[in-house]
Amino acid sequence: MVDMKGTQLIHEYLRHNKKFPHVFCAGCGHGIVLGSLIRSIHGLGLSKDEVCVVAGIGCSGRLAAYVDFNTVHTTHGRALTFATGIKMAKPNMHVIVVMGDGDSMAIGGNHLIHAARRNIGVTALILNNNIYGMTGGQCSPTTPAGSFSMTTPLGQMEQSFDCVELCSAAKANYVARGTVFHVKKLDKMIMDGISNPGFGVVEILTPCHTQYGRKNKYRTPVDMYKMLKKDVIDIDRYEKLSEADKAKKVPSGVFVQKDDSGLEEKFYQMAAKCQGGA
Amino acid sequence: MARPRKKRNKEIFALGNEAVVEGALLAGCTFYGGYPITPSSEIMEIMAQRLPLIPNGSFIQMEDEIAGLGSVIGASLAGRKAMTATSGPGFSLMQEHLGYGCITETPLVIVNVMRGGPSTGLPTSPAQGDVQQARWGTHGDHSIIVLSASNVQECLDNTIEAFNLAEKYRTPVILLIDEITAHTREKIIIPNPDEYEVFNRIVPTMPPEWYKPYEETVRGVPPMPAIGSGYRFHVTGLTHDTNGFPTSRPDEVRELNERLFRKIDQFLHDVQLVDEVDTEDADVVVIAYGTVARSAELAVKQARDLGVKAGLLKLSTLFPYPRKATEKIMSKAHTLVVPEMNMGQMSREVKRVNNGQVSVRTINKVDGQIITPAEILKVLTRV
Repeated sequence: MVDMKGTQLIHEYLRHNKKFPHVFCAGCGHGIVLGSLIRSIHGLGLSKDEVCVVAGIGCSGRLAAYVDFNTVHTTHGRALTFATGIKMAKPNMHVIVVMGDGDSMAIGGNHLIHAARRNIGVTALILNNNIYGMTGGQCSPTTPAGSFSMTTPLGQMEQSFDCVELCSAAKANYVARGTVFHVKKLDKMIMDGISNPGFGVVEILTPCHTQYGRKNKYRTPVDMYKMLKKDVIDIDRYEKLSEADKAKKVPSGVFVQKDDSGLEEKFYQMAAKCQGGA
Repeated sequence: MARPRKKRNKEIFALGNEAVVEGALLAGCTFYGGYPITPSSEIMEIMAQRLPLIPNGSFIQMEDEIAGLGSVIGASLAGRKAMTATSGPGFSLMQEHLGYGCITETPLVIVNVMRGGPSTGLPTSPAQGDVQQARWGTHGDHSIIVLSASNVQECLDNTIEAFNLAEKYRTPVILLIDEITAHTREKIIIPNPDEYEVFNRIVPTMPPEWYKPYEETVRGVPPMPAIGSGYRFHVTGLTHDTNGFPTSRPDEVRELNERLFRKIDQFLHDVQLVDEVDTEDADVVVIAYGTVARSAELAVKQARDLGVKAGLLKLSTLFPYPRKATEKIMSKAHTLVVPEMNMGQMSREVKRVNNGQVSVRTINKVDGQIITPAEILKVLTRV
């Protein structure tokens, strides 16, 4: 592993034939996730050819185009299905899926719970900004009750999904929640998620001041990052809070960590037995 | 005295659906992803048994048809020959990914065992109602190759053909069969490996830094490396430039869309497969496909016995519609008869090509029953 710092390292992994600038707004958290993803892959010592980044639709979906890996920008909500096919076909590849909250839990909710259930050895990064950003600021399954969006002008009246609880209940191997404010911890979570043999989920809280913030009194990126700093606390500290205080905070950290082997490993072991191997 | 052993092809007694599996495996298919649906389920069930026995073979039952085709595209991008099978309602769910397969130029095979519709319709009755869905089901302009099969042997042969065309032209290929052919059991011949051609996709040979994934070539079909083989590039369903990156520049958009059509249209002689029976001197020619073509073949024979100069043009390729073959028979025949188990999905194409030159008669049936030879014969003797 070459020792490189900061942007020097990031540049090593960006595509130089891609037409920059990127699509993200100034202050968007997605660029921080991209940096974190690159540091994690570099930290694990993986070669560029061993990594496949699969992305869905929306702002998060554009992330794949910028990095010099095998990259697939798929259809809305279905990134996990493509990733499943790639992982089954190439079990030695590290397949990392980048999805938004609408991508993963609305249109792709079915694929998310089933990828977790079958424990396919894919890592899902869920970039949760509580809103449909690229589509123009409509509510998503994680828009908190009471908050405003283009399609909830009277305030969200539905309950929102808790990605961590959803994926834990669906039996994912590794479930963690981090934020783009707590970057060192996020790097570690993504590394652990990629190293995990089964289905790993890292929910990443990333702000969208352009669409979510402007409707909900967080007009600038700084307001949004301050909120992440104030509201998101470590799971250990969260557990010690009273029920009333818990309602105001969001726990972060590693919630599930098992080391069950991934579906593809089980399949090929069984197939080898059928073919008369060991 | 021992007789000299003659080397024979293997003969088996198989369902149409089983023959599809045999054909796929002969063509080199090593991945199946899908969701079971009547009347296509046997294809999936047999794949689940057979694929684990093949080195590198893999099988997965996904949570729905959308996921099924998604996994097939993923596996194909990763270098596998991959397929799925479904029936009407499942095929509808696959349409978005079919379009994705077209624009990303991903070779794959979808077998649609047609059942009666619309909607849940008649789950185990035959129909030919998905012909235009196969052509135009997904959004946007695109070229597509659609094949059909009229008997169990053709299920095997045309599945091999479907894989070959998919690999050769980097495109999704749809094989439409109807419930009768899928569930008919017949003797078929499994060919020896030297008796059929297997086409594998062309992989790039230039250094990775020179490779442009969507660059124009002589054939119009760019070489395609597998994910993880050292050629790193971007695959997207967005309209892209020759590097694979999203673009909305009119010249780049036009170039891509036109090439997607051109790469198939300039090889029509290779993709338009038809069979002709007694058409040389025919006054009246039946144009048919699928199980109905078998009824038509018998009807043509019976009509000949009655002194009617009848012939049959059997379509193995439905799209791109075999225009040349139709024009050739139109130059001699005065009437075309198009029997179909739908309200006239293929006769639209025939009428479009015919453009009022000769008389076109249609026989349409949508009651979940096959069109019998007698029904076709009745029309042949009256025209």
